[in-house]
Amino acid sequence: MSKITNVLLVGVGGQGTILASKILTHVAMAQGYEVKMSEIHGMAQRGGSVVTQVRMGENVYSPVIEPGEADFIVAFEQLEAYRWAHFLKKDGVLIVNTQKIVPLTVLIGAQTYPKTILSDLKERVERYIELDGLKLASEAGNAKATNVVLMGVLSKYMNFPEDTWKNALEARIPAKLLELNKKAFALGVAEAK
Amino acid sequence: MKKLMTGNEAIARGVYEYGVGVAAAYPGTPSTEILENIVKYPEVYCQWSPNEKVAMEVGIGAAIAGARSIVAMKMVGVNVAADPLFTVAYTGTRAGLVLVSADDPGMHSSQNEQDNRLYAAFAKIPLLEPSNSQEAKDMVGLAMEISEAFDTPVMIRITTRIAHSQSFVELKDPQERIIKTYERNQSKYVMLPANGRARRLVVEERMHKLADYTETVAVNYMEMDDPTVGIITSGISYQYVKEALPKASVLKLGLTNPLPAGLIKEFAAKVDKLYVVEELEPYMENEVRRLGINVVGKELFPPYGELSVRMVGEKISGQPGITVAPAFDSPVRPPVMCPGCPHRGVFYTLKQLKLIVSGDIGCYTLGAMAPLQAMDTTICMGASISAGLGMIKAHPEMADNMVAVIGDSTFLHSGITGLMDVVYNGGNLTTIILDNSITAMTGHQHNPSTGQSLMGQPAPQVDFVALCKALGIKRVTEVDPFDLTRVKEVIKSEVAASEPSVIIAKRPCALIIKNTEKPLQVQDCSGCKMCIKLGCPALSFDEENKTAQVDQALCTGCGVCINICKFNALRKAGDGNV
Repeated sequence: MSKITNVLLVGVGGQGTILASKILTHVAMAQGYEVKMSEIHGMAQRGGSVVTQVRMGENVYSPVIEPGEADFIVAFEQLEAYRWAHFLKKDGVLIVNTQKIVPLTVLIGAQTYPKTILSDLKERVERYIELDGLKLASEAGNAKATNVVLMGVLSKYMNFPEDTWKNALEARIPAKLLELNKKAFALGVAEAK
Repeated sequence: MKKLMTGNEAIARGVYEYGVGVAAAYPGTPSTEILENIVKYPEVYCQWSPNEKVAMEVGIGAAIAGARSIVAMKMVGVNVAADPLFTVAYTGTRAGLVLVSADDPGMHSSQNEQDNRLYAAFAKIPLLEPSNSQEAKDMVGLAMEISEAFDTPVMIRITTRIAHSQSFVELKDPQERIIKTYERNQSKYVMLPANGRARRLVVEERMHKLADYTETVAVNYMEMDDPTVGIITSGISYQYVKEALPKASVLKLGLTNPLPAGLIKEFAAKVDKLYVVEELEPYMENEVRRLGINVVGKELFPPYGELSVRMVGEKISGQPGITVAPAFDSPVRPPVMCPGCPHRGVFYTLKQLKLIVSGDIGCYTLGAMAPLQAMDTTICMGASISAGLGMIKAHPEMADNMVAVIGDSTFLHSGITGLMDVVYNGGNLTTIILDNSITAMTGHQHNPSTGQSLMGQPAPQVDFVALCKALGIKRVTEVDPFDLTRVKEVIKSEVAASEPSVIIAKRPCALIIKNTEKPLQVQDCSGCKMCIKLGCPALSFDEENKTAQVDQALCTGCGVCINICKFNALRKAGDGNV
């Protein structure tokens, strides 16, 4: 079977996973890969969990990533990292934005937000990186660029030329926001080193 | 040119490329984006209809008149549209007519899991099942060809994984959009019993012709490899089969009604062991068995939920797949009513008054979730009012203790007839129309009450007060759902009234009209947690300091919680000491 790379982007509705996945698929396509992408977005705007699945390789059939199959998981929020961690391959890379978004079930006291998320993940996952993406994005000029910071981190772990990522940013981000996002991307890259 | 597209985008592109003139739909996940993408091609007339039956009839009329037409809906919408569908199968149409049914195995966002392939068999119409976005686009063209060659409506059945997954699509230049002249033909289009009986025979004759056609059509083909395992499959299941068992021989079926009996027999004879891999019902499997062929299918695969690469691989090879680390125990994060949602206060009041709530389908169905949990039933689009009437007829005393709640779009979809029934049959029911002036749950589509058409034209707006009065409701009251004191007072008085009544709680969806109010502040909180019972994502409780907190990024300043707080601790910026 030809090698397929599976990337899972997980977060909470409104965190910008869709733009991140567009940048990623742009890069994969520029490398000549077949790409499939799947999203379940019934009521994504209503604060629910969102997941975007991107698969790339010479020959990709299914658009869906299964538990234990993700080469990379980029979690935009720590509880979502926790929820999807079992989708990671044994030697897969887990990138966690440490931002916390408390679900309503916790706000109303029906459930509790686990306290040991980061330590549990660190213990289980060998190739693990956590960062305060929100802080880095704010440094770059806008907290909303957290998604691009995370793509910067991811870029250091994927074997695509730097230029391809640059081109993807230019193709997918409106001109007036480009400089800010390039800075955000670079901060992500630096964080990964 | 190659482009990454969802199945829904690809169908819209097919509509553009294959000369479709008219498209109609009612929004419903996972079908909604089909029309939302068709509108990007201004050459094609497209519209939201009030419901799926109307959309189907618009498509039928346009196709009889001479324009290639397409109608799209989620699978439960086909139940609504089934009446015209079953008869247009008799009449056929002058230009191509295609129905896209978007099924939802796994029920990602649906109330049931029906397999609409059975509708194609039931209605005796051809059925196409694409396996990726390219096929979804191509099959719009093929469906139009079949529709016109055999004078029949055609169903394209997609599933969530086709509708919402992206894969490569080769773009082509559009064909010429030809609208044929209209030709009157009473015996074909006036379905009086005598004409219907004649057309009934045409349907059988057509299915015989299609039975030959399906044997040779290019979308039904064998991929022979290892002859020990042979798999018949269609739709997304084909992708799972190819990835799980790359060496297996496959009979890939794109036209699945009628199924190619000859091709199936030929394939079965070439392989040692025959399987059918399909999601939901044993639709193809039953047909294979009917041909007297031994086959393995639903013994291995459940008739519910989605299949997967791993499941297909494990069940057919008999070998376990990789072991997976256990999932961490994580609190759930379901969708919730947004901060500033106009529905929240109404449901809080219904809960406070301990009323029985006959519910309906829309964002407000989230009123059933904790902490509000103010909903007793949700069945289908429009059922709130009519089911509420039924409850009252079973228990007349329930009229003093219950309401029906329904959104603006759902009321227009199929609530009006229920309300008419309430008046006609003397049901002493209170109906609350939650008018947020948009079809919100599916992503903000316009409807006949919003003042705009799908193609962006200004449109007349349904007047709910006048409509309810015309149906015979004498007590119609409008309230602002942010004014909880009045909401409570009105609900109490209308439920107590001894005649049918309607309350219209009117406020635009919080995601459409951004509130310009500043976020609320907390001061001198007593720690009673009453406000937390509203279930607003912007409100939380700090256990350490025993105080409520307002998330300044999420709070829209709607002020509903101010109504709840008995200690005046929640304040608008600038009020009092804050």
